[in-house]
Amino acid sequence: MTTLKVNGLSHTVTAAADEPLLYVLGNDLELAGPRFGCGLAQCGSCSVLVDGVEMRSCVTTLAQVGTREVTTLEGLPRWHALRLGKPVGEGAAVALHPVQQALIDAAAPQCGYCMNGMAIKAAELLSHNLHPTEAQIRTALNGHLCRCGTYPRIIAAVLQAAAVLRKDKA
Amino acid sequence: MSLTRRQLLQGSGALVVLLPPWTHVLGQAPPPVPGAVDLKQVDSWLSIHADNTATLRMGFAELGQGATTALLMVAAEELDLSMEQISAAPLDTAHSPAQGGTYSSASVQRGRPQVAAAAAEARAALLALAAQRLGVPTAQLQVVGGVVQVVDAPQRSVTYGQLIGDQQFKLVVSGTAPLKQREHYKLLGTAVPRADLADRVTGAKRFIQQTRLPSMVHGRVVRPAGQAAYGAGAVVQNIDESTIAGIGDARMLRRGDFVAVVATREWDAIKAARALRVTWAPSAGLPDTDALHAAIRRDTTTDNVQLNQGDVDAAFAAAPAHQTVRFAAQCPYQAHAPFAPNCALADVRADSALVICASQDIQNARRGIAPLIGLKPEQIRVQFAEGAGTYGHSSYDDVAQAAAVMSQMVGKPVRVQFSRADEQGWDTYGPPHVGEVRLCADAQGVITGYQYDGWQHNWSLIDTTTQQLGVAPATEWPVSPVEGVNALVCGGQYAIAHRKLVNHRLNGLRYFKAGWLRSPLDLSFAFVSEQAVDQLAAQLGLDPVALRQRNITDARWRGVLDAATHAAKWQPRAKAVAAKGVWRSGRGVGLGTHLVSYGAAVADIDVNIKTGQVRIRHLFGAIDAGAVVNPGIVEAQITGQLVQTASRMLLEEVLIEHGRSAARDWVSYPILRMQDCPAITPVVVQRMDQRSTGAGEETMAAAAAAIANAFFDATGRRMTRYPLTPARVLAALA
Repeated sequence: MTTLKVNGLSHTVTAAADEPLLYVLGNDLELAGPRFGCGLAQCGSCSVLVDGVEMRSCVTTLAQVGTREVTTLEGLPRWHALRLGKPVGEGAAVALHPVQQALIDAAAPQCGYCMNGMAIKAAELLSHNLHPTEAQIRTALNGHLCRCGTYPRIIAAVLQAAAVLRKDKA
Repeated sequence: MSLTRRQLLQGSGALVVLLPPWTHVLGQAPPPVPGAVDLKQVDSWLSIHADNTATLRMGFAELGQGATTALLMVAAEELDLSMEQISAAPLDTAHSPAQGGTYSSASVQRGRPQVAAAAAEARAALLALAAQRLGVPTAQLQVVGGVVQVVDAPQRSVTYGQLIGDQQFKLVVSGTAPLKQREHYKLLGTAVPRADLADRVTGAKRFIQQTRLPSMVHGRVVRPAGQAAYGAGAVVQNIDESTIAGIGDARMLRRGDFVAVVATREWDAIKAARALRVTWAPSAGLPDTDALHAAIRRDTTTDNVQLNQGDVDAAFAAAPAHQTVRFAAQCPYQAHAPFAPNCALADVRADSALVICASQDIQNARRGIAPLIGLKPEQIRVQFAEGAGTYGHSSYDDVAQAAAVMSQMVGKPVRVQFSRADEQGWDTYGPPHVGEVRLCADAQGVITGYQYDGWQHNWSLIDTTTQQLGVAPATEWPVSPVEGVNALVCGGQYAIAHRKLVNHRLNGLRYFKAGWLRSPLDLSFAFVSEQAVDQLAAQLGLDPVALRQRNITDARWRGVLDAATHAAKWQPRAKAVAAKGVWRSGRGVGLGTHLVSYGAAVADIDVNIKTGQVRIRHLFGAIDAGAVVNPGIVEAQITGQLVQTASRMLLEEVLIEHGRSAARDWVSYPILRMQDCPAITPVVVQRMDQRSTGAGEETMAAAAAAIANAFFDATGRRMTRYPLTPARVLAALA
């Protein structure tokens, strides 16, 4: 039995401590944000935030996560609202994270399978850099693959999200 | 956009509300399903509901390309519905019209006339009903958002939903119902946003990989690391089952040479698949990477003259040497490498089966699964669930077959997820190619003679699971007209009086398993042919664009060439620009397509002559796909095509080591990363007066050629092999 904190909730799961987080999120918690892509930490489709830091859930065991807070794509709006000090309780209308909204507005996804990792990694980047250059975005997201070739629209979306975040902060 | 309360609770809430994950496939509110699916019946295509919304049933799969949105637009246009009023039914053998597989980027090309005809028939019937109800002739009626109004008195109205709500039309698609004239289009030709994008970014969407069935177990297949020759398959010599003892409740399944593991927990299945020690019989391999093409060129072939127009030999005899070009090049095996490895679920019972998979042809998947589990195709229901973009025939049928067999063996629903190594190593690869071309011209650069000889093998018909089960041996596709040298890419862009195309077909059983990979072989044909055309321009001291224009008579080829070169602000250039320094810049042009439509591209690249590194700075791609239903979606498609082409030209190659595929993962089979992604300029040449044709792969051949020609422009040397790896570039520059 292991206890896991995901998107603000505590879960007790029967998985062994050496099981990678991805399979617990997908099978025990039935979350669809983190997605299996390689199981080798090479593609970024399984990314989650652990205490605000992007990690590959396919190679991160429950033991390694420990009591730290896991945020999945589904929890990104809540994570962002908390950072802004906005209410997140039941009944509160929580807006998408600006990077999610920007990816939708830019019509970035084709199949969209990579969008989990792209949104998670971009959210991490924007949490410590509100003025990313295109080069910094490319460097930050370089470990996240997209087979459909949507990179140009993802870059545009992250730049747009940064502008929104700066405005929110101002 | 704000999340609904349910989404919020799922994602963050104080209370976790978990919907059964299979709901999206199995439990979706089913549209009224007509008795028997019949392409001739309006009811098979369309239902109008009492709330004045509509459901369109289609046989084509949404693969992330946006075809569903385009076909919904076609139906909404004919019916005068808003896009918010119409949605697509899930793809399911139980109720979807069998339009054929989702191939050749032809969903809109083939689907638009069918959907428009059915929707127009429905509209005509609804107008007749409304005329009766409102007591005016149909000529005095108009439709706004599914509300039929009297033109002069719009308050006198009735909705489609009131007229037929959830009842059947019982109407044949006659094909005579009037289609809307294009000057009245409100939707077609506009960039309507895809309504299916948001769920992909919020985590609300469940791909096949996230689909679950009640009381299912998790399965993995067990295969050798990397395939050898298709004909050899994978034959078991010995299995040591004790190697998985103690891994949860994992157990081995074996039927013939098909080996798999199942376990209640997915992680146990993964561990067991890794641990199970199987000794495989030695199998015939392929020549290693660097010896492959010489072996292909020497191999026994079945030769077929596909086209022999005029007298090519006489044309060459008449042309002086400096007006003649000979060029040969070699092209690699490449993998589909879908971003998510394929996955399928099956629940096989004694006399029925449910299979959920991402097959691009669910009817064909059903026929392929039936003999493996001893059922008739009609006893099997196949439901489509989207996976990651696959860009051709990857392992989606293979994994569905595995899931069906495994479910039958364990007597429970089984979910089979291929590993990355299964996917990369056992893909139906895009086949390799050797091309040899010669062409000759008059002094003004008018091409008079052209001959292309192509060596390649065909696609594989039987998937690995079926082969290992012993149900059918490795078999190639029967010869078909599209499998050889592509007449459109190999000189078909130009008006050439004397032209000959020869296909040298290899025995595919001696090579890797193969299937169609986005713009099949076209990148290879264009890499060879369009470099020769460019070489002719260089020899004659002509601008490569001017030389092409001189040889084009078709206004549509001319139109895409003009569109791409205009976007790129092409300036005439006769010779490679003199350059100094380590980085040399070049610009190239190319023309090509797949089976229909027209593509042109311009590439700007930099070559590091010290390290051999090639950087693609900017790709411009223009497509003429006739009437483009949704230019926004086609721009996205062009962008994807160009980025994928950059990836395939610079990085992608299935290496062969010790006779087997060495592709296992993203290190041994890399694709383009964000840092190396070029700037992209997509151009849609809109021709609303033409029929709609494919737009999902038709700039790739052009872009491949443009990149190769830019390399020559930068360095004065020609690449005779791709991908353009640093080692090959340095060898070409030496």
